[in-house]
Amino acid sequence: MSRITASGIGAVSPAGWGLEPMMAALDANQRPEVGEFERTTTGGEVVRTPVLRVPKLEDRSKLPRDPRLRRASAVGKFAAAAMYEALGVERFEAVKAGDLRLGVVCTMMNGCVNYSNRFYGEVLEAPATASPILFPETVYNAPSSHLSAVAHSHAPNDTLVGDGAEFFTGLELAAEWLERGDCDLCVVVSPEEADWLSAEAMGYYSSRMLPAEGAAAVVLEKDGAGPQLMAVPDSVNYAGESDRVAAFARLWQELEAEDDGATVWADGRVGVGRFDLPENSVSWSGPRFSLRRVLGESLGASAGLQTVAALARLNRSDAGSAIVTSVGGNEAVGGARWSR
Amino acid sequence: MVITGAGIVTSMGLGMSENAAGFREGRTAFREVDLFDVSQQRTKSAGQAVLPEKPPGVGARAWERMDRGTRFALVAAREALDEAGVSGAMPVVIGTSAGAMPIGEDFYRHAIAGERLGQFRRVECYQPQGQLTRMMAELGVAGPLRIISNACASGANAIGHAFQMIREGKADRVLAGGYDGLAQLVFAGFDSLQALSPSGVPRPFDAARDGLAIGEGAGFVVVESLEAARERGARMRASVLGYGAATDIHHLTQPHPEGDAALLTMTEATRMAGLEPEQIDYINSHGTGTPLNDVAEAGAVRRWAGDAAGKIRLSSTKSSIGHLLGGAGAVESVICLMTLEGQWLPGSLGVREVDPAVTFDLVREPREVEVRHALTNSFGFGGANATLIFGREVPA
Repeated sequence: MSRITASGIGAVSPAGWGLEPMMAALDANQRPEVGEFERTTTGGEVVRTPVLRVPKLEDRSKLPRDPRLRRASAVGKFAAAAMYEALGVERFEAVKAGDLRLGVVCTMMNGCVNYSNRFYGEVLEAPATASPILFPETVYNAPSSHLSAVAHSHAPNDTLVGDGAEFFTGLELAAEWLERGDCDLCVVVSPEEADWLSAEAMGYYSSRMLPAEGAAAVVLEKDGAGPQLMAVPDSVNYAGESDRVAAFARLWQELEAEDDGATVWADGRVGVGRFDLPENSVSWSGPRFSLRRVLGESLGASAGLQTVAALARLNRSDAGSAIVTSVGGNEAVGGARWSR
Repeated sequence: MVITGAGIVTSMGLGMSENAAGFREGRTAFREVDLFDVSQQRTKSAGQAVLPEKPPGVGARAWERMDRGTRFALVAAREALDEAGVSGAMPVVIGTSAGAMPIGEDFYRHAIAGERLGQFRRVECYQPQGQLTRMMAELGVAGPLRIISNACASGANAIGHAFQMIREGKADRVLAGGYDGLAQLVFAGFDSLQALSPSGVPRPFDAARDGLAIGEGAGFVVVESLEAARERGARMRASVLGYGAATDIHHLTQPHPEGDAALLTMTEATRMAGLEPEQIDYINSHGTGTPLNDVAEAGAVRRWAGDAAGKIRLSSTKSSIGHLLGGAGAVESVICLMTLEGQWLPGSLGVREVDPAVTFDLVREPREVEVRHALTNSFGFGGANATLIFGREVPA
């Protein structure tokens, strides 16, 4: 098997557009300002839900310029900005010129909920006049389609839907494509947007989870520069192992994590005991950080952001290797191991 | 790579036999939708399927928590697994476009009204990965699970992923398929795009075609390595010979007018299969019945087959059961398996005047012919294109 390496990373998070503000927030352990959604039910009740939102985009150079993005929903723009940062301008232009074939894997849980919410509202009100502009943006693969379009790439493009551990399946798929030669580079992107509907839905799981949004992007290539993907075991599905602690233990064994003091663990703990139990059940004395406790729970995006943060720490030589894990809510546990 | 089991549910019927009989007789299976309010839509009918009863061995509580689409998926997957005679540890790859959308719609309606009772259950059941993980548990299949949502190419991509996993030695066998159930948001969405045929009867490749009909159901197969199938003495239905996937970046909802990406996927699939276009005995086309899709696909077939185009037999089974969206590619793959087994072709029904873009042999009614190789095309919103090729012969 070839060396699969992460030659670029990008992020959009509640801390801001780009890797820098996210790492600054994590390094300072500083949660960005919490906002809230407010809406009124048909019965007149005002419902307020706290949320960590991505700040408004001030610097347009963070987004590639393309007509496709004009009507795209926030989730599509988050994805495009994260990919653009991860590729860098030079490689982005090389892909556009056809010199590099870029595969795209998008992993998500919530998907294009904002436009789905709005479109379905219109359908209930007056189906005959529901907007034909909104509907195409409701499909899960709208963001990944925009990514291939802005990069002018005909290479494979897949959208994977799953729980909070899906990002690792995306890494596995990208490695498959690179190994087979389906593309020269593959970007794995995990975008999510928040709206009142999804934020309130999360509240049914725990009022202590803070809904958030954002996107992570990792550019993988064969034998390139950057940290190497050492292991991305098959996710352990709850159909075969319904006990999450046992499922996590199985994954942990396959990751072959070494608690050697030089390995950093980017875990998926969110600060709610029953959800954190599997990752708390493993003994670990080395460096460790819990991104979701700072940047909130952004569903499918969180594991991607954990990965980007771990890779950033490897890139700046904070650690020699990194473990990234996530205990998904209703499908699987997943993880990956990287080495500088 | 071989297929050792297949299962299907559509508006034509439940299971391989009912569906094969319907397609062979040239039946259509459309009716007025009664799952949600269509009174204000331009189109009121679809390929609405009869919901199967709970299969034996499936827990009543688990069945009750499953959405309509997952129930179709479970029944089709069960048929495929039973025929193959396998269960246990195997990867599962499933395509869907809408997932459990009707439950999400229900959550939305209750949220708007400020009702909290039952909402946790709706959130939990809305998520396709939760639904399919429960389905796998009921089927006794351990995973891992990969859900592909590439719009209308999802089901074909799922079988393509399974093919590649086995080809590269990552698994001995994979359960793969696709499904979608009717959902109001999706139905109204296609209506808003004026993509639905106002008459409710799609006429793919007709010069006056005016849109598609939505369908629902599921198709599943067990893809297995030849060695693994031989070792356990499994009956082999067919071979999987080739797969091609590419991305059409022309427009979010419209194909490239000349079918550039479709040409790429057909070329790649035939190259992988070691076949020339004239060796393909049947194409189950994407053939939605929309003006833009059919002319793009016709162009791609003409460019791909060259001088042999006139000999290529092609039909669209969407004329019988509608467009199953995320399930279409998998269901149409299963229909290809039926043609290989039964040596007949389903028709593109309802065509009155063939579109001038058609240069191939458009099969307008069921036909008895020798079928050695069958190809199926799937093209989705967002530009996901996929082609699969199946062969009757299984290596000795």
